[in-house]
Amino acid sequence: MPEALNICKSYGDKIVLDNFSYNFAEGKITAVVGQSGCGKTTLLSILMGLTQADSGKLIGFDKPISAVFQEDRLCENLTVSANIRLVTGKRYTKADIENELCKVGLDGCAGKPVRELSGGMKRRTAIVRAMLAQSEILFLDEPFKGLDSETKQSVIEYVREKSAGKTVIFVTHDREECEMLAEDMVELSL
Amino acid sequence: MKKALTIAAGIVFWLIVWQIVAVAVNSDILLVSPLDVIKRLCELVITADFWFSILFSAGRIMLGFFLGLVTGTAIAVLSGKFRIVRVIFSPLISVMKSIPVASFTILALFWINSENLSVLVTFLICTPIVCSNMQAGIDSLDVKLEEMSRVFKIPAWRRFSGVYLSQLMPYFRSASALAIGLSWKSGAAAEVIGIPDGSIGEKLFMSKIYLETADLFAWTTAVILLSLLCEKLFLLIIGILQKKIERM
Repeated sequence: MPEALNICKSYGDKIVLDNFSYNFAEGKITAVVGQSGCGKTTLLSILMGLTQADSGKLIGFDKPISAVFQEDRLCENLTVSANIRLVTGKRYTKADIENELCKVGLDGCAGKPVRELSGGMKRRTAIVRAMLAQSEILFLDEPFKGLDSETKQSVIEYVREKSAGKTVIFVTHDREECEMLAEDMVELSL
Repeated sequence: MKKALTIAAGIVFWLIVWQIVAVAVNSDILLVSPLDVIKRLCELVITADFWFSILFSAGRIMLGFFLGLVTGTAIAVLSGKFRIVRVIFSPLISVMKSIPVASFTILALFWINSENLSVLVTFLICTPIVCSNMQAGIDSLDVKLEEMSRVFKIPAWRRFSGVYLSQLMPYFRSASALAIGLSWKSGAAAEVIGIPDGSIGEKLFMSKIYLETADLFAWTTAVILLSLLCEKLFLLIIGILQKKIERM
């Protein structure tokens, strides 16, 4: 079971995480909720190994991971399909990728350069990329940001279907999203 | 199409201005007319000597350019990776950018024969230009995309072709275009000083000695056209290669 033990992180005098400890339920979706600035993204960054904690220990995070970042982090000059293939390699055929894109309403977008997509379309591309990447732990940082309510509903269903059996750590400040997707919840306070 | 017409209109305008000034000056030594230059160029183009000179100079200038391109890129990449490399090469690159072509050329004449002078001078001119441009590109690489690559454990080749290449290509293209133009300028200047037999530089030098202004303009036009041709051709090949690599 992935576990965070006594994680501390400060930026200068500002304490962001103070002895954070949690056992993340294996194969389940855990939501990390809290107000803006309470350290949700910092926690995710530490769990992904991108930021070094000042102290504390991580257990069980040395598995293949995948993520939807707070920003889309797509290569703007590459096509939607090329962005996905960048992380999946040739594991999926062109038809497989097109099929996955259709599921989130991106029909016919596979060959389009990412720079030509709207914010919501980029978001869904980042979600499909994360879902198709080989992983056991999935990190989602505000993954449905910028999606309208109808699209959000179908994308949440897609994420639920594709992440079945994986450990998902999902950051959000939206209680409704949390209720729709999460099976477990941890709240961070300021 | 509209862009091509705009460029053509600009060229025609300046040719007319040139023709008017040439008629007003009325001296074939001080300024020949564009029509005389075209006529002289047509006469030269049908001679074997013209093509020998073109091949002689183009081969050496482009060799110097390619060596500069590879060296400049390698120094930039290593500088991005290892701080010590940047510390060591930074002053050298700054000095190389400021040294006049004539100084390089005269110094190089002590080291090598005049035949290969343009290779060395072009190399010395191109290296700092390419290095500076590529360093700017490497410095502006998106850290967030680098983190994304680490999270998804994207293999090195795919990371290069997908993440880095698309970000660095605009810098590489502008460095190449600038370096090709300067290669021809500096290469021809070096040849005028070194006067290697059969080079374009020799032809330019001779036109000065014999006051053949039409020859001077005709050879200069040939250099301009060659420089443009090399630039367009190189950028076209680079564009095709980039697409191929990204598809791999």
